[in-house]
Amino acid sequence: MRLEMMEKDSSGKVITEIQVLTVRELKKWLNKPYVVAMMLIQPLLWIALFGKAFNLTGIFSIPPDLLKNLPPYVTQQIQTMFNGILSRLFGNAQIDYFSYMAIGMMAVISLFAGLQTGMSLSWDRRLGYLNKLLVSPISRGSIIVSKVLGGTVKALVQSLIILLIALPFGLKLEIAGLWQVLAALLGLVLFAIGIGTLMISITLKAKSWETQMTVMNLLNLPLMFASNVLVPLAMMPDWLQVVAKFNPLTYTADILRQALLMGTEASTSAILKDLGILTLTAAILLTVGVFVAGKTLRKD
Amino acid sequence: MMEDVVVENLWKIYPGGIQAVKGISFTVHHGEIFSLLGPNGAGKTTTISILTTLIKPTKGKALVGGFDVEKEAKRVREIIGLVPQDIVVDDDLTGWDNLMVQAALYHIPKSVARKRAEDLLEFMDLKEFANKKAENYSGGMRRRLELAAALLHRPKILFLDEPTLGLDVQVRTAVWDYINRIRKEEDMTLIMTTHYMEEADKLSDRVAIIDYGEIKALGSPKELKDSLGGDIIEVEVEALPEGSSLESLIPVNGMVKEVKLRGNVIRIKTAEGEKALPNIVISLSSKGVTVKSVNLIKPSLDEVFMEFTGKRIRESEVSKEEVFKERAIMRRRAR
Repeated sequence: MRLEMMEKDSSGKVITEIQVLTVRELKKWLNKPYVVAMMLIQPLLWIALFGKAFNLTGIFSIPPDLLKNLPPYVTQQIQTMFNGILSRLFGNAQIDYFSYMAIGMMAVISLFAGLQTGMSLSWDRRLGYLNKLLVSPISRGSIIVSKVLGGTVKALVQSLIILLIALPFGLKLEIAGLWQVLAALLGLVLFAIGIGTLMISITLKAKSWETQMTVMNLLNLPLMFASNVLVPLAMMPDWLQVVAKFNPLTYTADILRQALLMGTEASTSAILKDLGILTLTAAILLTVGVFVAGKTLRKD
Repeated sequence: MMEDVVVENLWKIYPGGIQAVKGISFTVHHGEIFSLLGPNGAGKTTTISILTTLIKPTKGKALVGGFDVEKEAKRVREIIGLVPQDIVVDDDLTGWDNLMVQAALYHIPKSVARKRAEDLLEFMDLKEFANKKAENYSGGMRRRLELAAALLHRPKILFLDEPTLGLDVQVRTAVWDYINRIRKEEDMTLIMTTHYMEEADKLSDRVAIIDYGEIKALGSPKELKDSLGGDIIEVEVEALPEGSSLESLIPVNGMVKEVKLRGNVIRIKTAEGEKALPNIVISLSSKGVTVKSVNLIKPSLDEVFMEFTGKRIRESEVSKEEVFKERAIMRRRAR
């Protein structure tokens, strides 16, 4: 009985610790609005330049004057063919490329936020703040969990900002339904947690912040290109499709599109598959993270 | 007397074979200010890191407040405070928020934390800056905020790692004042590291001189200085008269303990410099020696360090990381 009470007491303490450190993380972030703004610039540029200039779905639509000059049976065949290509690439829903990309960028900004999580720990170590935490009688896990949670909240907020900015520029939302949106949010959270934990593990192992930077630069663009963020998987060469299928970013982008763009065409089985894969990824990365943290935070 | 820290045959060998601490032993009594004095790289910070549970010792035993730093790390963490070498105030937060985070880490109830934070900010003369972001603080203010944060949970034992590193002389003296006040007002044991002789001398009850991972001498500043055997008088002379020996000019007696000649300077070790000095000058003049200048050197820890290690403290040798820190401090000031 006494033991149980003590345990309750200590788990309550851990929650306080995580809460305080997460709030610290977010306060630090909000106290530097220019950093938030700068984080958003890259995905916004992608949307603006790529999404608007490179109108993939526009390529496959047939100009009306061309249709007028052809006999009806030819236009019908062309129409069927083009529609076939479009639905093979983008599904049956009426999606314009700008919307396709904007939603993809919500996943990308979560990736960036997740990658930043490691840097935040790196700086705490470099500036000595980590030692201050380690000298205090808090649970070592609280430090890691709060970093990852902080990163996840940042990811959510930033992807919401992307969504809000893209709306006036022509993002056409076709919401599938409440549970689909909630599932997509959960997927986004799991993805951010996974990436954040991965980066924390790398930071703990690598020690130097230069390594950390290198890993970040190594991961961000390849992960973005080897996914369905910019182009549908069907448009990729076979080998790249295989890579993209192992990239959690693909499933994050897909679940968001299912929920936010597909409307009635959203597929329940696709959403469940995405969610399952993202859960599995997060679970694996978390296990690795906990293991690495347990080993390295106890220095010797 | 209660022992707050007991260190027995402590070793720390880093991966790669660097022996940072080589079998040191010492005890720190309750309520005293104990200093580890030594040059950069002597093993001071390693020792502090072991005592504050940041790193594990390779060999040996260390008890802090009666708890083993390895086996009872959490108990140790509950009763200690650390003011680390780097100024680790969180720049992006206000002074107040910095203290509130710290308080929460030690699970101090909010109302208690607020009261204590107010008192400490007052004590450290930071009250009017409480709601300013710490990045606007000067180096001295950061140190004070750091001290306040470390005191928030009323530690039994406070560790200060180079508390005045990178601060200019005036600010340094001010920080000493605060440390002295903490000591007067709180029932606390203070353990600090420093490579500033004057700091160790002015603040500490006892000093351990540490070099290359070994303790070379340990005692109160007065004991250490007395061990030198008294004052040193340096007399610069024109030239010694032909044929006269040093011994005949200044005979070693009860007052004069040792006489050496270095170029044109006669270096005399004596118990009481003030009393010996006039006699020596008169005696030299009467023997026809022209005295150009005299210098009475009181024994300092610098001299003690020289005596025990054979060299001056290498203050000029600064590590790369320290340069980074000092520059960081300067940048912050410049803003």
